[in-house]
Amino acid sequence: MVSLSPQTSAAAAAIGRPPIAWLSQFRGLPLLPLAILVPFVLIAVFADYIAPYDPTEPVASMKIFIPPAWMQGGDIRVLLGTDFQGRDVLSRLIFGARVSLIVGVMGTVAAGGIGTALGILAGYLGGWADLVIMRLTDAWLALPALVFAIFLATMVGPSMWNIIIILGLVYWTRYARVIRGEVLSLREREFVKLAEIAGASSTRVIRRHILPNVLNSAMVLASLTIGVVIIAEASLSFLGVGVPPPEPAWGSMLADGRSMLMVGAWWLTVLPGLCIMMVVLATQLLGDWLRIRLDPQLRNL
Amino acid sequence: MSPPLLEVEGLTKHFPVTIALFPRRQIGWVKAVDGIDFAVDPGETLGVIGESGCGKTTTSKLILLQEGPTSGAIRFDGEDIAGLAGPELMRYRREVQVVFQDPYSSLSPRMRVGEIIAEPLQIHTDLSRAAQQERVAEVLELVGLRPEVAALFPHEFSGGQRQRIAIARALVTNTRLIVLDEPVSALDVSIRAQIMNQLEELQARLGVSYIFIGHDLATVAHISHRIAVMYLGQIVEMAESLELCEKPLHPYTQALFTAALPAHPDDKREKLTISGEVPSALSPPSGCRFHPRCPKAMARCAVDAPERKEVAPGHSVACHLY
Amino acid sequence: MQPLLEVTNLETHYVSFGGARVIKAVDDVSFTLNEGETLGIVGESGCGKTTTCLSIVGLLPPAARIVGGRIEFAGKDLAQLSQSEMRRVRGAQIAMILQDPMASLNPLFSIYTQVAEPAYYHRSIRGRSLRQRVRQLLDAVRIPSPAQRMREYPHQMSGGMRQRIVGAIALAGGPRLIVADEPTTNLDVTIQAQYLDLLKELQQETGVAVIFVTHNLGIVARMCDKLAVMYAGKIVEAGAVRDLFNSPQHPYTKGLLGSMPKLGSKEKLFAIPGQPPDLASLPSGCAFHPRCTEAMPRCSIEEPGEIRVGGEWRARCWRAEPQYGQSAKGLDVAAAVGS
Repeated sequence: MVSLSPQTSAAAAAIGRPPIAWLSQFRGLPLLPLAILVPFVLIAVFADYIAPYDPTEPVASMKIFIPPAWMQGGDIRVLLGTDFQGRDVLSRLIFGARVSLIVGVMGTVAAGGIGTALGILAGYLGGWADLVIMRLTDAWLALPALVFAIFLATMVGPSMWNIIIILGLVYWTRYARVIRGEVLSLREREFVKLAEIAGASSTRVIRRHILPNVLNSAMVLASLTIGVVIIAEASLSFLGVGVPPPEPAWGSMLADGRSMLMVGAWWLTVLPGLCIMMVVLATQLLGDWLRIRLDPQLRNL
Repeated sequence: MSPPLLEVEGLTKHFPVTIALFPRRQIGWVKAVDGIDFAVDPGETLGVIGESGCGKTTTSKLILLQEGPTSGAIRFDGEDIAGLAGPELMRYRREVQVVFQDPYSSLSPRMRVGEIIAEPLQIHTDLSRAAQQERVAEVLELVGLRPEVAALFPHEFSGGQRQRIAIARALVTNTRLIVLDEPVSALDVSIRAQIMNQLEELQARLGVSYIFIGHDLATVAHISHRIAVMYLGQIVEMAESLELCEKPLHPYTQALFTAALPAHPDDKREKLTISGEVPSALSPPSGCRFHPRCPKAMARCAVDAPERKEVAPGHSVACHLY
Repeated sequence: MQPLLEVTNLETHYVSFGGARVIKAVDDVSFTLNEGETLGIVGESGCGKTTTCLSIVGLLPPAARIVGGRIEFAGKDLAQLSQSEMRRVRGAQIAMILQDPMASLNPLFSIYTQVAEPAYYHRSIRGRSLRQRVRQLLDAVRIPSPAQRMREYPHQMSGGMRQRIVGAIALAGGPRLIVADEPTTNLDVTIQAQYLDLLKELQQETGVAVIFVTHNLGIVARMCDKLAVMYAGKIVEAGAVRDLFNSPQHPYTKGLLGSMPKLGSKEKLFAIPGQPPDLASLPSGCAFHPRCTEAMPRCSIEEPGEIRVGGEWRARCWRAEPQYGQSAKGLDVAAAVGS
């Protein structure tokens, strides 16, 4: 295809710039995902102040199985009803957000950290390091992720930190592959060769030239996989091997609420499920936006 | 007569060609560089000209220690660089730098210009941050940029300015030899002259030597003191720039001059005597590698490879005609 | 005699979606080309030469639009034609050769298929006559053993050969005009020379007119009869090649000529100071004045129109007007080189 000079392309791109410079910061922000995520994050952070009741104790003077306030039999003081132990569903959801988001984010960071590090080593050092790490990745990928997570969780026993580490260990492989690919092409770029010719050590080259340039891809990957990690955590809690009670987690709320469906207490499953769905959806949308915004090369992901 | 800064003797680089099956079998060699000799004096520019497959890129990689030679020696300040390690290797790396063709991928996109230029200083010296910044400002002015640009990122600069930054970076550690690999080919015509003049001025001021690799005869001839003409991994002719322009001896060099574009519509054009394309370096022709395309080939040329001999002061050529 | 191609006041703009911002990629460009002539359009990145060509062949990207002027070719105004009408013109009457032969050739189709295509669609040649025509074309572009090469694929050929195939495809429809956009930039020097010789021969044989778009004045000196120099979307000087090389009127033309290194001369190069302009924010008055060594106060205020120097020779420069004459400084090498 006939290629236009950089000048013309840049000039053509400049056409869309709005007149007031700072306004451009807000143009194209992903409003829907942020509208969902920001409240959830705030709720998680300020859970102690927002939640009306203690999530682990039954609400005094309230019956069990109170439906949400807008339904018949509901009570305005327990907006979303009570569960089978008489605990306030709203408070449990609020604290559950904290668990889900913390585990989700930290787990993603762990996975991303391990995966990016291994990907960089494999891509930059090549040779044996590349061979070993890639075989490892292939082998790891053959393991069914969730089953493996369950296995590890039952082995080491439940606790929040254990779960975070386990999720990191299970989900690093997708990073390693993608980052390795990027590093392979980065390595051939002239500014990397220039650093090597100038005498920079491998550590220096990785630290100053490779790492900053893969961070974008790593961030996009992270935002796309955070949903997976949140669901994984929810699944683990659902199966009883996640963050242990009495700390509320959406997954375990789902598990408990399942048997209550027989009694007609639908809000004990639908509400936590809705929360999971919204947060994951929001992170996916955010990840998608980031992907397009930050790195046109990843458009095929 | 001061000793040459860089001396290359019998330099050879053969790349093995393998079929990527399992097990790997080697089917031949790509003789990218096949026994070349040249020297670069302090403060002078050696131009290297040739077309694709001539080996100029491989030669630059060998000098920059990005590849190791199959045989032959490279001597810098009289010392063989082959076995260098540790502090001596660092010394070499400090004094020999490179500027590449593409200004858009030569600068690390996430580093500020000041950091990019300062990097060799950080690697080789233990200057304080303030001293580094001073030196960066110094070289920025040397290449015709204002010292304030050190705070900006590469994407804010045009191609020509980026090349200046690359040149600044190449000079920052009191470099003695810069390999310039097609440094102006990717630049606009009006900027090319700016950079060429800048390079000449820097050489006059700092006494730095250049190895200027290019494909455009006029450009290379303008900036070089001496020129080496390469074909299929060998140097076929070497002479002082003006001498080469007046009396090109090797038929390939003559073809290059005939093929060169005129500077004026009325410039007399000789008929192009060369035909065909550069053969593959995997199986170069026997004897003189140029003989299949040579208009003056004799029977001897297919059998005997000619040695490069000096036929006039400072002018050597590898051809049976002489 | 009627000119083959007459471009009058062509304006091509890149428009944003809302029409809010406009880049004048081609601004008031006019030139004429007769049968069999070769015109060189010279300029640097962003000057509008490629966009001018795309406007002529009707291959502008979606964001660009011809907003004014006429492109008269063989009696029709190409700027007014619909896409389907343009498709009939392209290939049959006007062909284009691009810079990267690998981008012009489809890796999936054989050489035969690709060279035959224009003849098939535009000249309705079939069967044995078609095969003969392809052989003729491959011979014309000096491809050795054409019968065998016909069955091969682009990846099996070298760069020089591919560019010749592209030339054969361009000729296959029997065009009257070929637009060549930097066709030799990626080629080795001796290959380029062979290719240019070939083009010259083909022109003499078929009488096709050629527009050569390049940044290399050497190619213009070698190949062209006429020359148009572009800067910031406008033609700043145009005329016969010899006239412009011998006594250029516009300081930019002078600068381009002065910055070419000449074989066998170590004379210091004249370097045009400054950078090529940003099309989104052009200087006031004459777009070249910030870089011009001969600028006068008037140049920053008022944009010069096309001033007739003689015959078809015109220059967009106040200095071309007799009252001003050329400045005493002229090509002030020392002053310019300093920057």
